[in-house]
This record gives sequence, structure tokens and C-alpha cells, in this order.
Amino acid sequence: MSVLIFIDHSDGAVKKASLEAISYGAKIAEQLGLTAEGALLGNLNEDIASLGKYGVKKIYHVADVALDHPDPQVFTEVIAQIAEKSGAKLIVFSNNLHGKAIAPRVSARLKAGLVAGAVALPDTSNGFIVKKNVFSGKAFAFISINTDIKIISLNPNAYPVAVTEGAAAEVVPFTAAVGEPRIKVTAVNKVTGEIPLGEAEIVVSGGRGLKGPENWNILEDLAAALGAATACSRPVADADWRPHHEHVGQTGLAIAPNLYIAIGISGAIQHLAGVNRSKVIAVINKDPEAPFFKAADYGIVGDAFEIVPKLTEAVKALKG
Amino acid sequence: MKILVCISKTPDTTAKIAFTDNNTKFAENGVQWIINPYDEWYALVRAIELKEKDPGTVIHLVTVGEADTEPIIRKALALGGDEAIRVNASGADSFFIASQIAEIARQGGYDLIFTGKETIDYNSAAVGGMIAELLQLPYISLAVKFDLEGSTVTATREIEGGEEIVQASLPLVVSCQKGMAEQRIPNMKGIMSARTKPLKVVEPVAVDPLTTIAGFETPPPKAGIKMIPADNPAELIRLLHEEAKLI
Ligand SMILES: Cc1cc2nc3c(=O)[nH]c(=O)nc-3n(C[C@H](O)[C@H](O)[C@H](O)COP(=O)(O)OP(=O)(O)OC[C@H]3O[C@@H](n4cnc5c(N)ncnc54)[C@H](O)[C@@H]3O)c2cc1C
Repeated sequence: MSVLIFIDHSDGAVKKASLEAISYGAKIAEQLGLTAEGALLGNLNEDIASLGKYGVKKIYHVADVALDHPDPQVFTEVIAQIAEKSGAKLIVFSNNLHGKAIAPRVSARLKAGLVAGAVALPDTSNGFIVKKNVFSGKAFAFISINTDIKIISLNPNAYPVAVTEGAAAEVVPFTAAVGEPRIKVTAVNKVTGEIPLGEAEIVVSGGRGLKGPENWNILEDLAAALGAATACSRPVADADWRPHHEHVGQTGLAIAPNLYIAIGISGAIQHLAGVNRSKVIAVINKDPEAPFFKAADYGIVGDAFEIVPKLTEAVKALKG
Repeated sequence: MKILVCISKTPDTTAKIAFTDNNTKFAENGVQWIINPYDEWYALVRAIELKEKDPGTVIHLVTVGEADTEPIIRKALALGGDEAIRVNASGADSFFIASQIAEIARQGGYDLIFTGKETIDYNSAAVGGMIAELLQLPYISLAVKFDLEGSTVTATREIEGGEEIVQASLPLVVSCQKGMAEQRIPNMKGIMSARTKPLKVVEPVAVDPLTTIAGFETPPPKAGIKMIPADNPAELIRLLHEEAKLI
């Protein structure tokens, strides 16, 4: 019997959120005395067996190139077949965009209870209870999964990637009866060279206080110096100053980086909802009464146009 | 063309989130309720736009909820839609809700089922995918764009690190997010006509939820803020480096 981890990948690589899911699944397998196994659909540009160092012992690999696009219907079919073969008691996904597309279908398919958005290891002392993010970051819920097979989708940045002493994973080629996807992918537009916002450890975010898109260079310079992703408040995305995928908050992306630097953002409740799981929040705002200061760890009251370039200088000096 | 739009009732975005009964129940006292923004701004408005383009289109709204969800569904009808169906049950979990909607969809023979990307209360983003699986339909998740030409769908969906442009044929299920449409305000005519639009109440089919809520917790408050003088911003970087150890 196993904990089966769905090994998500994009651009030929297993990204951080997926490595977190592997580490998380391996830890639960250890706790429950099950084997940590992986399901890899499609192909990687890197060595598959070496994923063993994150604790996965055996990886079922379906090399069909049709699986390079994560079609939820086809993936559900294949994962269900692997789950049966592997004797999965628990299936772990990353709650990234692919996990959100696929895990609910697998749940309905196997009648396996799903907790989407887990933020901690399950409590198995009395039943099987998983802590998840609810009310868009304003609270947590403890969800009991009552079915024999269980599914957890782990929120990005909620569990650390853990490298173990583990040996290379055994890679088992798996042939699945893969149907034709009924959704045809005609084009793929990848955002290149940017740190994906959902996975970023540091996020530099700007609001209406930056006055216009032409001023974003000061924020981008700071982000580049820090190796951070950039984000923005909703009115900024609505005004097309920044692309929609940078919009964070209750009605945008909810993120949980280690450090969130908010520049010229008032800190409305709907904005805070998407960012208040950040470990540390630093706020730069010229209004000392801005609500964001109440939710922050560090603050500077002052003009962003003066302060931000000085922060960038200080980071550069620090990093040499 | 028949479209089914899934509507959920959620607390207003400014609602105070607190719990009662030993942290097992959401404290509903004094809470304002709204249509889940993803359902309203994107799923419903996009369906209305499709009907504006092809007036023969019929839009039904569905919600799984008790009688107290009716003001929300009337509010949705004021924006648009021809009639609504309320499944008379409280939504026990995503699977229970999806199973009820799948049953309505089977009976209604819809070409297109729209859900919001997720609800802003439970944030599971699960109902759309579950409906699709229960009905064995294709599922376009996290769509930011959706167009229809005859029965051919062209849509853009968000994937890790970018977007995919996809094509498919009806029928299918789509979860909708920002980009699909723009928020609308209901007009007087809409509000008046919503009062008389049919709102059918049906009893739920017997389905066991797969999960139950054992309790809630609110995050601990912040320890307090450290202010850095505006004439020395470098101090913030020093603190983030030496104290918080994040850079
Ligand atoms: C249903 C609903 C959902 C919503 N969802 C979201 C969401 O998901 N995300 C979101 O962000 N918002 C959301 N909002 C909007 C939210 O209520 C706020 O209106 C929004 O967050 C404000 O954006 P802002 O802080 O950039 O702009 P403002 O509120 O205009 O604040 C600008 C800030 O910049 C400061 N400032 C100005 N000039 C300078 C300067 N030179 N230097 C430093 N500081 C300066 C000002 O003091 C002010 O605090 C939602 C609203 C509703 C009703």
C-alpha cells in the first residue's frame, strides 16, 4: 500500500511546488508505514530516478508524449490506473494550477475525499484530519476525510522541500490505455524568465500609490536585486498597469511567500486576505494611517519614490 | 444552446471571520452575504454575454443551499438568466454539491456548465472538476477567455507558468476566472424582472459527503510592527537580513 504522489512538471522540469508535494507525501508515508510512490505522466529533461532524494521510492512513469499537456480527463484516467496498481491509500497533489485542474476529477472518479489547499501534515491520531486554508487566508479549517482512499492537494510554500539520504527511485515504465484528449491544445504561451508568483519566496508588490505603469521600474529593480517575483493590487491589474496574473488578494491569487514587500498599497481587507499568510510583511506607505501597517512586521512611513531606490541600493550593497 | 451557471452564496469580502460552538461553526450573525465573486463577475456575466450574442440561448442558474440562499439567487437573476433552480440542502462538501449539480445537469441537458474558479469561503476550486468527472465531460479549468462559434469552443486556460489556448466541442464544463468578463451592476429592469423569474426548488439526491469539517481556527495575530525611520531605509534591509534572515 502506498502514498501516491502526483509528480507535476512543466517545461521538462519538476518545479518547487511539486518537490514540496513529494517531500510532504514521503513524510506522510513514513508516518503511516506506507511506501512513497510517484506517478509521472509525460517526460522530463532531467533524470527521473534522482527524484528519489526527495523520499519517493518508486515512480510509475507513463512516457506517452500526449501527456505533455495536463488534460484533466486523460490524466484522471491514467492516475486512477496507477493508483490501483500502486495500492494507493492516499494521493498527494500540489495545489498548483495543474493540481486544481486534476485532483477534483480524481476525487470524484475514485470517490476519494479531497482536501484542497492543505497547509500542514495530516493529524492521524484520531481519524484523518487535514488543516486547510479557508476564507481566502482569513482562517483555517480542519477537514476530516472519511473515505478509504484519501486525496490531499498541498498549497505551494506550505511545506519545505526536504532532501533525504534516500537512494535513487526505482522507475517503473507504465503503459496506460490513454484516450484521445477531447480538449485540443492549439497554442501554449509561457511567461519566460519570471519567477512564478505562487512559488516565489520573496514578493515585491505595488499598488495605486505608484501612480502609473511607467513607475514600475523602481519596483522591478528591487525585485531583481532580491530575486523576487512581482505582484500588484487589484485596481492596478484592472487598470492594465500590470498583467492580470500579478493580481493578488481575495479575488486574485492567494500567496504565502516568506517575505511580502507592499509598496503604495493601502492594505484593504480584500488585499490582505490574499497575502496575510506571508511569513513576514514589510510595508512602505506615505500614509501612517494606512491599514496595512496593522498587518505588517516592518514598516516605513514615506514616499515610495524616494525609499524604494534606496532599498535596492542597500540590497545590492549587501549582496556585493 | 442551454447554459447552466453554478451560483454560490459567500460572506461579503469585508465580513469578519469568526467561529462559534467551540470553533466548529462559522459565526453568521451580522454577516452580509454576496454571490461568490467568481460566479458573478465571470461565470454569470460571460453566460449573459453569450446570450446577448445568440438570443436563442437559455441560461439556468443553480445553487445548492437552504431557503436563505434565495436572496442571492434573485440577485443573480437580476443580472441575467432565465430561471433558477435551488437544490434544497446545505452544501456538505464539494462532492455533495457537485453530485447535486450533476444530477440537475443530467435532467436539463445543458450544452455548457460554468462555475467560478473557486468560492472565496472554502477555496477548494473543486466543484467544476467533480461535475465534469461525474458527467464524463471535458473540463476547461481556470479559463481566462471563452468563445463559442457554433458548437466549437475556443478558450484560454491558465497553466503553470503561462496559458494554453484550447479547442473543444460542446458539451463541457468550464471554471471561470478573471479575464472572462467584466463585473456588471444590475439595472432597474433586471431587478424588477428577477422577482417574477421562475425559481424552482428541488430536493437533493441521496449522496454521502466524502469529508466533514471538524473545526476552524483563526490565524494568530501579528506580534507587532517595527517601524524604520524614512531617512534610513537601509535599516529595513539590515533587519530583513540579520533579524528575519530572509535575504
Ligand atoms: C469584492 C471585492 C473584492 C476585491 N478583491 C481584491 C483583491 O483581490 N485584491 C486587491 O488588491 N484588492 C481587492 N479589492 C479592492 C480593495 O478593496 C482595494 O480597493 C484595493 O486593494 C486598493 O488598492 P491599492 O491599495 O493599490 O490602492 P489605494 O487604496 O488607492 O491605496 C494606495 C496607497 O498608496 C499610498 N501611496 C500613495 N502615494 C504613495 C507614495 N508616493 N509612496 C508611498 N505610498 C503611497 C496611499 O497612502 C494608499 O495607502 C476588492 C474589492 C471588492 C469590493
